[in-house]
Amino acid sequence: MIMKELSLHLLDIAQNSISAGAKLVEITVEVDHARDWMRCEVKDDGRGMDADLLKKVTDPFTTTRKTRSVGLGIPFFKEGAEGCAGTFELESTPGAGTRIAASYRISHIDRPPLGDMADTIYGLACSGEGVNFVYTYRVDGRAFVFDTREIRKALGDEIPLSTPQVALWIRESLIEGITELNGGV
Amino acid sequence: MKSIQELEAIRQKTLETINLRREQTGTRVVVGMATCGIAAGARPVLTAFMDEVAKRNLQGVAVAQTGCIGVCRLEPIVEIYKPGEDKVTYVKVTPDMVGRIVTEHVVGDNPVVEYTIGYYEAKNK
Repeated sequence: MIMKELSLHLLDIAQNSISAGAKLVEITVEVDHARDWMRCEVKDDGRGMDADLLKKVTDPFTTTRKTRSVGLGIPFFKEGAEGCAGTFELESTPGAGTRIAASYRISHIDRPPLGDMADTIYGLACSGEGVNFVYTYRVDGRAFVFDTREIRKALGDEIPLSTPQVALWIRESLIEGITELNGGV
Repeated sequence: MKSIQELEAIRQKTLETINLRREQTGTRVVVGMATCGIAAGARPVLTAFMDEVAKRNLQGVAVAQTGCIGVCRLEPIVEIYKPGEDKVTYVKVTPDMVGRIVTEHVVGDNPVVEYTIGYYEAKNK
């Protein structure tokens, strides 16, 4: 398993969404302690993949990068979940978007910690232009929702999310919202 | 708890300075955030740059992400573009190097030579 935290996998998978020209990337983490189960999903409205690429994309020797011919992001995400008694889902429609999800048994000894989701979302939201992100964090039925569309609406068009004071506000509100729900996974 | 109303105050304050900012030509700090970069520790480097720029309230400095730069073994890689100057590439960047890069290179005009790719490659031949 290449990534030490699930939040790093989610950051990596979300980069694919940005590369695919997505305007909205929805990241969802659901934790259900009673069922000893958690699920991480990234859904975008990017250009999607055709059936041919979809079949090949979990193979490490498939990549869209031009600098070398190996792509490890999706294969490791898949392997990580399946190695933790979990499941991997991938569906994509050309022109409409892609949805990729992995679930894990929480108590599985090889399951990496969720890690710092605040940093993952902060990094995504405040250093790219024009892409909106929704982060939904559900723990045992309670939810925290962070939506950059609401922030942009409050700020108006002139002020980017990377503006220093806005970025600090975003980081603090993510930390607050996540900490309040935290089940310590 | 943070409230969305606080953004209104930030908005007012920012609008007062935004025209000033537009006139300034920008410095770009670009962090490689492909699988190789993230696995090597690029996320805390990215957020350290964002924090540093925000805390110092640096105007006209953009922190951005890019894909694989092509030298995965030297990740995390950060490229700094300043108007009218050559691009500087920093390699194997860690969060504790960020303060110095911002102070000396982004704010000052002196690249931190011992963190650059040229220095690293010459030393590790």
